[in-house]
Amino acid sequence: MSSRFPSRARHRLRAHGAAWLCVALALVFAAGCERETRRFDPKPVPSDLRTQPQSLPDLQPGQPGPGMRETASAGRYDEKSAYEVAQGKMLFRWYNCSGCHAQGGGNMGPALMDTSWIYGSDPDSVFSTIMDGRPRGMPSFRGRIPEAQVWELVAYVRSMSGLIPNEAAPNRDEGLGGAPPESMRKPQPPKDSDAKVGG
Amino acid sequence: MKAHAIAPALLAALASPAAWPQAAHDALQPAGPQAAHIASLWWLAVAICAVVFVAILAALAWALWRAPRAQASTPPEISPPPAAERRHARGVAIALGVCIVLLVVILVGSISTDRALASLPLQDAVHIDLTGHQWWWEATYDDPQPDRIFHTANELHVPVGRPVIVTLHSDDVIHSFWVPSLDGKKDLIPGRTAQIEFRADRPGDYRGQCAEYCGLQHAFMALDVIAMPPGEYAAWAEAQRRPAADPADPQARRGRDLFLSGTCMMCHAILGTTASARSAPDLTHVASRARIAAGRLANTPENLAAWIHDPQAIKPGANMPANLLAPDDLHAVVAYLETLR
Repeated sequence: MSSRFPSRARHRLRAHGAAWLCVALALVFAAGCERETRRFDPKPVPSDLRTQPQSLPDLQPGQPGPGMRETASAGRYDEKSAYEVAQGKMLFRWYNCSGCHAQGGGNMGPALMDTSWIYGSDPDSVFSTIMDGRPRGMPSFRGRIPEAQVWELVAYVRSMSGLIPNEAAPNRDEGLGGAPPESMRKPQPPKDSDAKVGG
Repeated sequence: MKAHAIAPALLAALASPAAWPQAAHDALQPAGPQAAHIASLWWLAVAICAVVFVAILAALAWALWRAPRAQASTPPEISPPPAAERRHARGVAIALGVCIVLLVVILVGSISTDRALASLPLQDAVHIDLTGHQWWWEATYDDPQPDRIFHTANELHVPVGRPVIVTLHSDDVIHSFWVPSLDGKKDLIPGRTAQIEFRADRPGDYRGQCAEYCGLQHAFMALDVIAMPPGEYAAWAEAQRRPAADPADPQARRGRDLFLSGTCMMCHAILGTTASARSAPDLTHVASRARIAAGRLANTPENLAAWIHDPQAIKPGANMPANLLAPDDLHAVVAYLETLR
C-alpha cells in the first residue's frame, strides 16, 4: 500500500485528518459553553400571595384544565441549562416533593421516572400540575413557589425519565443513590394517559 | 505627600489598633487562648524571618562593598583559591547550621502550638452545631434537653470564659470557619464532621468569615461571634428559646398572614407559627440580629425591605428569589419581621 501513496501525500493526509479532528473537537466543546450559564436577573413574575388555587371539579385527567395557560416559552423554562436543572433538583428536596414521590420511584405519589404520565409530560402540563395541584393528593403550589422555580422543577421532573438533553441533566450525587444519575438514564418514551386512566 | 512622609504615617497606621477598620477581625489581637497561641507562633516566625532577612541583606551589602574591582588591564584570575575563600566556606557552613537550628525552632514552636490548641480544657462547654450553606451559616445550640435546643443564623453568641465546641458541617460545598480573633481556620467538608474549640476571654463582637472559596458570594459569607458575660448569655439563650410572640399591631398581623400564606414559609422557620422549613435562616428572632444576609447588610427595616424585594440585586446567585409584593404588603411583612425580637 505504501507504493500507492507516496510518503509525502500520506503525511499530508494525516495532517489534514488531525486538523479536522481538532475542528470537530472544538465544535463539540463549544457546544457545551452555554451549559451552565446563569441569569441573575430573572424576570420576576408578579404573583399575588393571596391567590387561591383554581377550583378543582372541572379538572379531568388527561384533559387541559383551566390552569394550563402558562407556556414554557412565556416563562423562563430552559431544560438545556444544567444550572436550572440542578436548581430544580435541589428544590425537589427543599419543597419536599420527595416526601410523596421519593427520589422519582414514587411512594404515596406516582413514580416520576417511568413512562406513564397521568396529566401530561410536556413542560406546560407538568407546570400546571405543580401550580394547580391534581385530584387525589397532589397539592397546589400556586402562590407558594415562585414561577421561575416551578419551571426549574419542571425541567428536573422531566430529567428523571430522561426527557431532557442528557448533557444538561444532573450527574452523580454526592451520596449513595439507588437509581443511576439522571444524565445516565435511558429516555422513557412518555405514554400520556387518556381520560379513562385516572387513578 | 512625599514618600519619606508617607512611610512613618503608614507604619503608625499599621501599629495602632484603633486604625484597623475592623478591630474585631484581627489575628494579632487575640481575644482567647487559642488565638493567643497562634499569634505567638506568628510573632516567633516573623521575628526569626526578620533577623535572617536583615542578616542576609547585611551579608549582601558587605559582599558588594568588599568585591574586588577589576580593570581592563587586570590579568584574569586563574590562581588556585586563596586562603580567604576557605575562610568564607567556613562562614557559609556556620550560616547553614544557624538556618537549620532556626528552622528546628520554628518546627518545635509549630508542634507545641498544635499541642496547646488541642489541650484547651473543655469542661462545661457550650455545644454549637454549625452548618455552612451557600452563602450563610446555620447554627443550632445543642442541649441535653431536646426542648431547649434552638436555631439561629449568621450570628453566634458565646459566654466569656467558657469553652465553646463548634461541630462543623457543610450542606453543599467546602466552606471554612475562621474567626481570627478567637481561633485558626477549620474547613467544613460536605459529608464529614469537623470540630473546633475556642474560648473568648474578653467580651466583644468578633467577625468571622468563610475562608474557603465557595462560589459567587463567598466574600459575603460573614459570621458574627458575640462574646458576652455569662449572665447576659444565659438571658440571650433563654430569649432565643422562646417562640415568636403574636404581633399586636394590625399591620404586623397582616404581615404575619402574608408570610404564612406565601412563598416565605416554604423555606424559613418561625417558631410558634406553622412556618417550620429549614432550607433558609431561622427567623424566629431575626430582628435581634445585627446584620442580615450573612453580614451583607445592617439589619434595618429599609435594608430588610430591599432584601426581601430583590435579593438578587444585593447578592446575585443567592437562593432567595425576588418577591414582587405590593408596597403595602412589603411594609406589612417587614413590620412583622421587626416584631421578631
